[in-house]
Amino acid sequence: MAEHDVFSYVPTWAWQPKFFFPILSLLFFIVIWNDRLIRFLVKPATALTVLAVATIIFCLGLKNPTFRAIVSKGDNIPIVMMLLLVGFFTWLALRRGTLNDDRIAQGLKPMEEDEAHQKVMVWPDLVYIEFICLILISAGLLVWSLAMKAPLEQPATRVDTPNPSKAPWYFLGLQELLVYFDPWIAGVLLPGIVIGGLIAIPYIDNNPKGQGYYTLRERRFAISMFLYGFLILWVVLINVGTFLRGPNWNIFPLGDVWDVHKIEVLNNVNLSEYFWVLGMGQPLPAHWFVRELPGFILVGGYLVLGPAILAKTLFKKMYQELGFVRYSILVMLFLLMLSVVLKMVLRWSFNLKYFVAIPEFFFNI
Amino acid sequence: MTAIQRIKQKFFESQVWRSIFRHGYPDTRRNQSLAVLSNVFLHLHPVSVRKSGIRLSYTWCMGGISFFLFLVLTVTGVMLMFYYRPTAEFAYNDIVQLREDVAMGIMRELHRWGAHAMVISVWLHMYRVFLTGSYKPPREFNWAVGVILLKLTLLLSFTGYLLPWDQLAIWAITVGTNMARATPGAGHEGPFSSMIKLGDIPLLHSGSDVRFALLGGRFVAAPALLRFYVLHCVGFPLIAGVLMAVHFWRVRKDGGVSGPL
Ligand code: HEM
Repeated sequence: MAEHDVFSYVPTWAWQPKFFFPILSLLFFIVIWNDRLIRFLVKPATALTVLAVATIIFCLGLKNPTFRAIVSKGDNIPIVMMLLLVGFFTWLALRRGTLNDDRIAQGLKPMEEDEAHQKVMVWPDLVYIEFICLILISAGLLVWSLAMKAPLEQPATRVDTPNPSKAPWYFLGLQELLVYFDPWIAGVLLPGIVIGGLIAIPYIDNNPKGQGYYTLRERRFAISMFLYGFLILWVVLINVGTFLRGPNWNIFPLGDVWDVHKIEVLNNVNLSEYFWVLGMGQPLPAHWFVRELPGFILVGGYLVLGPAILAKTLFKKMYQELGFVRYSILVMLFLLMLSVVLKMVLRWSFNLKYFVAIPEFFFNI
Repeated sequence: MTAIQRIKQKFFESQVWRSIFRHGYPDTRRNQSLAVLSNVFLHLHPVSVRKSGIRLSYTWCMGGISFFLFLVLTVTGVMLMFYYRPTAEFAYNDIVQLREDVAMGIMRELHRWGAHAMVISVWLHMYRVFLTGSYKPPREFNWAVGVILLKLTLLLSFTGYLLPWDQLAIWAITVGTNMARATPGAGHEGPFSSMIKLGDIPLLHSGSDVRFALLGGRFVAAPALLRFYVLHCVGFPLIAGVLMAVHFWRVRKDGGVSGPL
């Protein structure tokens, strides 16, 4: 720990999600809505510099035994791979998107247009590409398999619970949400909404533009929502779960030794307590309905007034373009996604536990 | 004509060869079309496609890679089934033997790394379909089929995770399936589940809720192993296979890989 490695230059507090998650979120929206900034970032020179710096930090980081142990764990290799691939393809899509936007601004057609009217024979043109892909993937998989053994730990036993117990890597984003939500929300409701929301996308998005080519400007709202959900809420949270969460699900700065005895006192407070005890200076009402009334009003207001207010202000144009039904579904999905972030922020800033807490029915939100 | 050319000619004009491939060497337009049309596998494709639709910079080939990985997983998975017995008694030892006793044995590695790779490739495929706006009409339904395929890919990976029956496996599945306990109205710790009762007798308890149905017990134990094995080797692959057929069929029926209108 006292040893100097790249990670020790980052102060401990900067590893806390409460610090970097809001910053990442803000940066994301600033970049995606700023034409000049994004054009600078997707320049090949900038992208290569970012890649080079990240690679250097990664390689220097390997000196640290804790970090090395995490990344070289068999089932964590795919996360490193995914980061590279997601980064590369995000760059590729945004690069082509901005190039197309510039062409369209000059009155030209998108790059894909030229070849859209040419036909090629599947044999040999496509079969050839497929064949090469197939060989490359097979070769890669063979090398990977020869180089690394599939993990196998001690035989299963109920007696000995590993600490931390982690879900498979692709579910770690959801497991991370368990910190902020009860299992029925993190494990059942939110995944359900993600699946339902994904299926709903084509039926909500009635913008006819931007089909069959990369673009950003023509579908900026749709793209920024999807990218935020995928990059920040899914990929970043998976990485928090993998690299920063250690024993007792505490946050450990990258490279710090995972100390099983580290204890963080959590003193989370319900909204009802904030309202009745701290605000009104009286004990909690006995009946759950009265007790949770402030929460009901807040959540209800958010979900009922929220759509109405947004329709008159920020989403006015969207409301007109989408019509009532599409708009309602969209704004619900939007508010629910936002509420995930809001709840996290409120937990970090006010230790808020639940808006509505009715342990009588296991109903806590 | 040299001897080699004569042998070649004899070979390609033999009754056996002609019975398998009913067209000449695909160097003419006609024979290239026939090569695709008269082959059940290639026939997934049309005869000719838009040039923009086969660009790697456009599709990233991620749909094709997902499908190829699915095939690799099917083949390696069947191989593993020859050696693996899904019981608490044998499962772990069978895996140990695959690991220790097979020289250069990499079936398990191919299967595990391939599964991780497929999760990533399916995500990236969805990412590209979204970013090219390829879900827009007429492809809405195929996007929905894709979302279900994504879910199946994750479920396949998740059910497979339990099978080695080591600490990694049961605890990851324990964490994952604990959520089912909290399903509203169906898990015994779900919201409002306590209201489902007959007089004073609660109907939803840890021995009757969805988690119990999923695991065949109150913990991740032998019955859960068998259930996950059957779902992993038979149930989910069958559904995924059928949906992939629908998916590919619809790609063609919706006008091939999308391009600017
Ligand atoms: C097991 C998983 C999947 C397999 C094997 C698969 C395979 C394919 C293939 C081979 C194509 C042809 C074009 C290409 O390669 O990009 C395709 C197209 C398509 N896929 Fe998938 N796919 C899968 C999952 C998904 C998912 C998760 C989605 C979206 C949520 C999706 C939506 C689509 C759509 C809308 C098209 C048409 C795209 C276009 O016309 O440009 N698929 N899929």
